[in-house]
Amino acid sequence: MSYLPYALAGWIFVVGLYGVVSSRNLIHLAVCLTVMQSGTYVLLLAIGYKNGAAAPIFRPSHHPAVDPVVQALTLTDIVVSVTVVALILALALAAHKESGSVNPEEIADFSG
Amino acid sequence: MSTILAFPVALPLAGAAFVAFTDGWLPDRVKELPAIAIAAATTVISTIILVRTERMTLVHWFGGWEPRHGLALGIGFVAEPLGAGMATLAAALVTASLVFSWRYMTEAPRLYRVLMLVFLAGMSGFALSGDLFNMFVWFELMGVAAYALAGYAVERLGPIQGALNFAITNTVAALFILFGIALLYGATGALNLAQIGRTLGGHSVDGLVVVAFTLLIAGLLVKSAAVPFHFWLADAYAVAPAPVCAVFAGAMSEVGLFGIARLYWTVFDGPIGPHVGAVRDVLLAVGIATAIVAAVMAFLQRHLKRLLAYTVISHVGIALCGIALLDATALGGAANLVLSHGFIKAGLFLACGVLLREFRGLDELALRGRGRALPLLGALWLLAAVGLVGFPYVGSFLGHSLVDDAAIEHAHRWLPATLMVATGVSGGAILRAGARIFLGWGPRDDPLLREEPPEEVPEETASMPAMLAITTGVIAIGVGFSLIPGLEDRSEHAADRFRDQHTYVDRTLFGKVRTYGPSAPVVIHRATPASIGYGLGAGLIAAATAGFGLYRRRLPAGTRQAGRRWLEPSVDGLRALHTGVVGDYVMWITVGTAVIGGIWALTLVS
Repeated sequence: MSYLPYALAGWIFVVGLYGVVSSRNLIHLAVCLTVMQSGTYVLLLAIGYKNGAAAPIFRPSHHPAVDPVVQALTLTDIVVSVTVVALILALALAAHKESGSVNPEEIADFSG
Repeated sequence: MSTILAFPVALPLAGAAFVAFTDGWLPDRVKELPAIAIAAATTVISTIILVRTERMTLVHWFGGWEPRHGLALGIGFVAEPLGAGMATLAAALVTASLVFSWRYMTEAPRLYRVLMLVFLAGMSGFALSGDLFNMFVWFELMGVAAYALAGYAVERLGPIQGALNFAITNTVAALFILFGIALLYGATGALNLAQIGRTLGGHSVDGLVVVAFTLLIAGLLVKSAAVPFHFWLADAYAVAPAPVCAVFAGAMSEVGLFGIARLYWTVFDGPIGPHVGAVRDVLLAVGIATAIVAAVMAFLQRHLKRLLAYTVISHVGIALCGIALLDATALGGAANLVLSHGFIKAGLFLACGVLLREFRGLDELALRGRGRALPLLGALWLLAAVGLVGFPYVGSFLGHSLVDDAAIEHAHRWLPATLMVATGVSGGAILRAGARIFLGWGPRDDPLLREEPPEEVPEETASMPAMLAITTGVIAIGVGFSLIPGLEDRSEHAADRFRDQHTYVDRTLFGKVRTYGPSAPVVIHRATPASIGYGLGAGLIAAATAGFGLYRRRLPAGTRQAGRRWLEPSVDGLRALHTGVVGDYVMWITVGTAVIGGIWALTLVS
């Protein structure tokens, strides 16, 4: 298989990371985190992919299938990320309620 | 028989559901009891596991999915003394915090108790799991509960900022870890630690292993808050409720360090072992930078929890040095440091809770002299500071002396002296705060210390005697660690087993049980004269630092001006780096990871 899916996974991950670093809006930042996470989905699926293989539904036939383990990992990964993003969004909402802003620079109460 | 390994996670998780369900029905007076009972039972079970692991390593395969022909499909828990000790420490501190917070947490106390139990399950699972992806899931579970606990006082801006910075940086760290796990799975087709290690063991290091290693270690360095990955910690610990801080400081940071040790010795020691020098140097550099930078930052704080938070980072750096030496004595020393520091620092955060309840504030200057009303707490505070410094035969001395001995053995003679300065300065910061609050020493104002936003004040209903008793107990345990007979031999023995990858693989994948002989002799550790010297030196530096913080106005004017000219720019620069803005923190994480990865790419690939 080509290197393209791996390069794509790395690209999505780094683009998301750039977004997290440069973001000036917490909602946008949470979306950037999910973009990073999407990079890991692509990587996991690429690792388990086989040319010409079917979905991992094992019937008595001996048709080759893609790796079901990485698909299970991706699903778990999605569940975990939903929890975290929900929490971050809830905190962003609370920040907006308190300070009227979702800019990380403007809610920096503590420093030094 | 090995089913007992499931309980340190099953009990708090089921307990959390039970507490969430029954809380509305129970009368107010007994509402706290179920959560405390569940945490206490978890502590007992983890202790039983710890005692049993002394004879042999315990393995449990969930659902009976045992490995066949050395191939593991199921998820297994593997308990050896260090992992079981980590789980026991976490459970004990959660129990102490729950007892301490009896009527302390008045806002949504049910959610608080549920979150603490889930948090405990996450830490125990991470410490016991023998499966890489499973470790990631526990890591995230622990994280989510911790973010919510840090932002508990969600109607004020400080806690929201702290929780957001904590959640975002640690989620980025978790994604680094996940990326590393996926790469390792791609390279080996395995998720079980023993099996990954076994598969990699036969190969030389290639680029893929280096990238995976870097991402995993960097992710765990964020959790354990090593420089330059540490920025989130002070923001989160400064705002979390005091009993939550006690568990964060005593157990969560240490869980990250434990993960680094676990991954290195089960997975990477085989392929990377021949180039061990590069790993050692990088981790030592990170550890020393952490110890020193955080000690200086601690000295610049007047908000007590923020001050203690920076000393946590400093001690993480010291324990990381213990791991970085990649040696059995030093690893045993690091384990001892984690234990004694965990209890003492938890006790100090609980003491902050008492101060907050009594004086409605945690500002060192505002509290000056007011602590005289609480002489017992003052005595505990000073004792804890002395215990953290590593004064001979008090508190963390045993850990410090083992790390020092190992460093001298590895011809790193400069390391003990460097660590001595770091512990001295961070201990001096704690001593200064204690002397100012409980003895009323020093001036009322200090231009070096910048004001921070005020604290959330707990309800008056919290019971003072109970809070004081728990604080006393926790600090007393931590301070007594260097005097426990036989602990030194046991921890070195445990560290030896922890590093023995061959036996770990045999036990996990092939079920070959190896029993270990009768326990080591029960004697108190006798330190070398050198480490006693370093302990005394650290005590002196701490006293000098505290004296400098309190009475530097009495120095001659010329000296002060020269000192200001030299030190002010670097102090201001260091402060300016801690911006409180999460994007900057993630940028530091990225830069740190890139630098570490770059160094390893140049030195490890053969």
